[in-house]
Amino acid sequence: MPKLYRDEAVVLRTHKLGEADRIVTMLSRSHGKIRAVAKGVRRTASKFGARLEPFMVADVQLYEGRTLDIITQAESLGSYGAEIASDYASYTAATVMVETADKVTDDDGSLQQYLLLVGALRSLSRAEHHASLTLDSYLLRALSIAGWAPSFVDCAVTGAPGPHTAFVVQLGGVVADTVAPPGAPRLDRATLDLLASLLAGDWDAAESSEERARSQASGVVAAYVQFHLERSLRSLQHVDRTVHS
Amino acid sequence: MQELIDELGRLPGIGPKSAQRIAFHILQSESFDVTRLAEVLLEVKEKVRFCEICGNVTEQQTCIICRDPRRSAATICVVEEAKDVQAIERTREFRGLYHVLGGAISPIDGIGPDDLNIRKLVQRLADGTVTEVIIATDPNLEGEATATYLTRLLVQPNLRVTRLASGLPVGGDLEYADEVTLGRAFEGRRLVEQ
Repeated sequence: MPKLYRDEAVVLRTHKLGEADRIVTMLSRSHGKIRAVAKGVRRTASKFGARLEPFMVADVQLYEGRTLDIITQAESLGSYGAEIASDYASYTAATVMVETADKVTDDDGSLQQYLLLVGALRSLSRAEHHASLTLDSYLLRALSIAGWAPSFVDCAVTGAPGPHTAFVVQLGGVVADTVAPPGAPRLDRATLDLLASLLAGDWDAAESSEERARSQASGVVAAYVQFHLERSLRSLQHVDRTVHS
Repeated sequence: MQELIDELGRLPGIGPKSAQRIAFHILQSESFDVTRLAEVLLEVKEKVRFCEICGNVTEQQTCIICRDPRRSAATICVVEEAKDVQAIERTREFRGLYHVLGGAISPIDGIGPDDLNIRKLVQRLADGTVTEVIIATDPNLEGEATATYLTRLLVQPNLRVTRLASGLPVGGDLEYADEVTLGRAFEGRRLVEQ
């Protein structure tokens, strides 16, 4: 007898399969990352095709297959796709988020990663903050949960109390001058404050930051993510940071 | 035989089992004209190319729709793939011209606006002949995001940018519609003419 199970999941990405099916990659609340087949969802008459689009949160029922599980039912819990797709900057930010979530999670799963992603997508769909800020905050927190928490105040090597200005991605954040390698890039105070605010979720401070600090912080976050994930995020180069949502 | 199965298996939608079935059908069926199939495959690769104006498939420099003087040059319908042109042509509702993007914006697959046939679309709008652009990208996330991008890009005076309506399929039951589709149908409701 195939084993049926049910879980809440956010859809990370989909791939076309055969005539009208899709392989759906989801991050679930308690079963980790799931790859499952959704049969017939590309047909216009599909009953749950719209619920299994990327960025959707759904209550799904699946049964275990030999290689891929099969989705038998899906009920929508949060449909953020339409709002996100209606703003191009939010769409590109959300694709980076789901690609990151796909890379930092595995079959064991992480409830924290699930909740963080759902919260970030919800925030993007409601346009609570600038899409670029939401993305950078998500990336820093996702990496922290995965065990790569950066330090923006105290020295990442010695723990010497900050503030420090030398930022070394390979060493995990800001470092004291005594351990900073020669030629290490220096970040100004405003950028470091913004990065610390994004990591802590201090939105009042983050929203009051200036464009120059945001631009520099985004560059730092991108470099930090790419280094620790050990591979490039394809969607990161398409992020639209020009239009303010 | 294995080479044939492997080659067939590389085609989209054909798995190893289907590839094996097709290969044995070709081998066993007497009525099956293998030469004709091989000829057609070669012909398609040699003769068929993309229209220089719209990106649709054609055997000449421009496609049959772009060459047709009876088609209205004031309206352009933007679609993702050439097969979408055929789907819309079957409706016999649209008498304008097309523009095939060659896909949809999907950053996760590394496809951005620069990878699509968008620049040529902007060039086609430059002389002011076109008064309406109908965006007919797929009603999925990538299609909607592409529509959002185009809507933002194509803002110019005397140009109407419209999006295909989405909603309930003809012949279906309302109770079976998912909430996203039903919600769209409500959003796009129209006044009944009296």
